[in-house]
Amino acid sequence: MIYFDKVSKIYPDESVALNDVTFTVEPKEFITIVGHSGAGKSTLLKMLIAEEYPSAGSVFFESANIHRLRKKDMSKLRRRIGTVFQDFRLIPNKTAFENIAFAMEAAGRTDAEIQADVPHVLDLVDLGSKMWSFPHELSGGEKQRVAIARAIVNQPDIIVADEPTGNLDPINTYDIITILKKINGLGTTVLLTTHNKGVVENIGGRVITMEKGKMIRDDREGKYIL
Amino acid sequence: MMFTSLKRMIRSGFVGFWRNSFLSFSSIVVFSISLLVLGSLIFFNTLTTAFIAKVKDRVDVNIYFTLDAREESILEFKKTLEKMPEVSKVDYISREEAIASFTEKYKDNTPIIEGLKEIGYNPLPATLNVKTKEPSQYESIANLLENKDTLPKNISSIIEDDSYHKNKLIIDRLSRIIPLVERTGWVLSIALLIVALIITFNTIRLSIYSSKDEIAVMKLVGASNTYARGPFVVSGVMYGIVSGVIALVILAGLTYYVDLILVRFLSAYPGDVSGLKNLLFSYYVSHFIEILIVIIGSGVILGGASSYIAVRRYLNV
Repeated sequence: MIYFDKVSKIYPDESVALNDVTFTVEPKEFITIVGHSGAGKSTLLKMLIAEEYPSAGSVFFESANIHRLRKKDMSKLRRRIGTVFQDFRLIPNKTAFENIAFAMEAAGRTDAEIQADVPHVLDLVDLGSKMWSFPHELSGGEKQRVAIARAIVNQPDIIVADEPTGNLDPINTYDIITILKKINGLGTTVLLTTHNKGVVENIGGRVITMEKGKMIRDDREGKYIL
Repeated sequence: MMFTSLKRMIRSGFVGFWRNSFLSFSSIVVFSISLLVLGSLIFFNTLTTAFIAKVKDRVDVNIYFTLDAREESILEFKKTLEKMPEVSKVDYISREEAIASFTEKYKDNTPIIEGLKEIGYNPLPATLNVKTKEPSQYESIANLLENKDTLPKNISSIIEDDSYHKNKLIIDRLSRIIPLVERTGWVLSIALLIVALIITFNTIRLSIYSSKDEIAVMKLVGASNTYARGPFVVSGVMYGIVSGVIALVILAGLTYYVDLILVRFLSAYPGDVSGLKNLLFSYYVSHFIEILIVIIGSGVILGGASSYIAVRRYLNV
């Protein structure tokens, strides 16, 4: 489904973020990418949504080379990938409902679909009561649940979550991971980065370990080994 | 589909306008000032044009005829003058009219009236009052009068004098000052417009800079460039409309107030100033539709185009 082919990323100041990374993601997998800060985990995910471009190598989504797509096709691709960020990245002057609705509007869904689906996904992340709250009125855990709701509302093929629990306390972390596991159980591929040992052990799926831009381990039934 | 996204972009622009009320307010203040500058320039031009016309109208050349000149010859010469392309107007003042307005003017001044009686006849000559289109053209009239060879014999013999040389200094000065005033007005207008344009554009740029993360998020959740940009352009257009209305209201008050000052100022000005009374406000009322289109149209174009350009650099996500 996704194929990283000898991907390297060297920034203009010559720091190496990724060094010859090759791996494949199969449908319905839940992959955890672990590593210290600066190991290249986030860069790896940014490649997938074309927020970063590789210095060498290519990234394929099905048969399409992500970084060769035209602008229009890029927008279409991004609608098939749900993204969750460490800093939530909600639109500050839109309510929880509108933040999620925006992703659906961008995908060209009808008003009827929006009215039906948004409350549904908000219930799924247990935020039905905060539908009309603005991001600044929500706690960190709640914001992240809105972000997850936004990521899943277009029924993407894959969820990409970059340190989604990085800013959260243990209880919220546990809730978020539970939600992501539930989504994965419904058939969506999940790609998640973390440096939290507890998270890795809770998920228990495939674990890829990064160090200084290189992929040093790829374990089927992974553990946090660093 | 296209209609739906257009509707959504407009709605989203409206909502953004209200929710970012502080940002909108600051932008509207700057926008209104710019549009007010634009409007003031329109009225500044109206005012200078009217003043220049008044001043030009005050400048003329009188041709005085000998006391025994026959009226038919003078009227014939009047027709010749009227055919000249430089001439805009020629008025004939007969000897009788001259003496009548003279006695009227000095009716309280006994020595003059007495003196007039003493003379026993009408000493005032018949006059042709000539006005040209531009002050600089009086010289060609004067040249014509002086060059006795080009004039028919019966005319040159009855011309006594003309007032060109007496007024030469002021006519020369006016013909140099008027174009200068007009040109300065233009340069000033253009300079002010450019300043207003730059300030407005930068205000929009700053307001959109504060939304750059928002634009990135829009792009990352799959919005097309057009769809991410649309709401900002709508907000920009709304700044233009609201500021345009504010500027129009302020302009109405301003023109009314300036007219009041003008009347007080003009009471010291000699001659007929009735045309300058309520000049600006009546211009505002009679040209309201044009002014409305210019002011609000500029606001809409300025707001929309500035937003469109300013968003562009944050779309590359």
